Amino acid sequence: MTPAQALQPIGARTLEVLRSLGRNAFFFAELLKHVPSALYRFYLVVAQIHKIGNYSIVIIAASGLAVGFVLALQMYYALVKYGADESLGLIVNLALVRELGPVVTALLFAGRAGTSLTAEIGLMKAGEQLAAMEMMAIDPRSRVLAPRFVGGIVSMPILAVLFSTIGILGAYVVAVLLIGVDAGSFWSIMQSGVDVFKDVGNGIVKSLMFGIACTFVALYQGFEAKATPEGVAQATTRTVVISSLAVLTLDFLLTALMFSTE
Amino acid sequence: MTRKNIEILVGLFVLVGALCVVFLALQAANLASFKVGRSYTLTASFDNVGGLKVRAPVRSAGVTVGRVADIALDTKTFQGVVSMEIEQRFVFPRDTSAKILTAGLLGDQYVGLEPGGDDKNLAQGDAIRLTQSAVVLENLIGQFLYNKAAEGPPPNAKK
Repeated sequence: MTPAQALQPIGARTLEVLRSLGRNAFFFAELLKHVPSALYRFYLVVAQIHKIGNYSIVIIAASGLAVGFVLALQMYYALVKYGADESLGLIVNLALVRELGPVVTALLFAGRAGTSLTAEIGLMKAGEQLAAMEMMAIDPRSRVLAPRFVGGIVSMPILAVLFSTIGILGAYVVAVLLIGVDAGSFWSIMQSGVDVFKDVGNGIVKSLMFGIACTFVALYQGFEAKATPEGVAQATTRTVVISSLAVLTLDFLLTALMFSTE
Repeated sequence: MTRKNIEILVGLFVLVGALCVVFLALQAANLASFKVGRSYTLTASFDNVGGLKVRAPVRSAGVTVGRVADIALDTKTFQGVVSMEIEQRFVFPRDTSAKILTAGLLGDQYVGLEPGGDDKNLAQGDAIRLTQSAVVLENLIGQFLYNKAAEGPPPNAKK
């Protein structure tokens, strides 16, 4: 094999990656360009929030409750060794508000709402509905994609704060009602250690970023899916994988930016 | 489902989100303790502020009466200047002294105010004169070693 032949796959691979990055960027720019038209026809956004947000409440609430329960129990076993079981509320709150709330919500969101977005748009494409829209001089980007994009971005932070709230209430049930940690110090230590803007606010900013990332990935995969049953299946799988990885990577970056030690 | 029903459900969803934010801000974080009524500012200069942080509590007789608002270095005296916001309803005599104390053995540091006996009270912008710095463990150990060395060798050291 000549050196030139050995170089070719590397070059091809690099160009492929760059091309896909470029397509993503252009798609993102297109989406942003069509957001105003979605806001103009707000009833489309409302319908999407209903589909994405309302239908996710049950899974988010159930997961939040379970995470709150388990976190409180495990933390209690560790903390009671040092006689610090009253800090339980603080630890559970910080863990939920800063990390688990936004991240777990985003992962569930990718599984619950992202997949349905991808499959829906992929099937629309496979059924040539998108092409039919274009024939009627309706831009599917502004009619189909943009309302879903806005709906996802609005829904995610709401779901994340719901997750954190229910998690904290779950921890309260386990710690105070079942184990018998003092309710007063449970809340007061929590209140003295959690900052509204630095912790709660940053958590909401995080979930907003995750909302943008997850919805964008789901829409892109659906729109670029091969118009076959197999293509839609692959696109749906890729949505979950890519959104999860994107959320975890983004989370690390955002955490490093937001919660540097004073 | 009609559009009206959907709008009602989405409104409910957004309302639930808003309620959650209110819960997180008021019950599970410190928003309630932010604006506890009007406050006035006092300053105190310490030789060493130790590990004191902004928003650390200011306590008198163990009761929290305010928060540390700002910590700065005075480049003329090379002392740490701590500004404290004290709630309006608490007034202290002018010869009140301030100490930097530690809650528990390893806890966070806070400012302790010990009231004096003056009949005039501290007002907005006043400085507390009598201060006692934070205890720095290294200095304490250093001083201990120095005192031990100054004592000379123990009398029965040659055996």
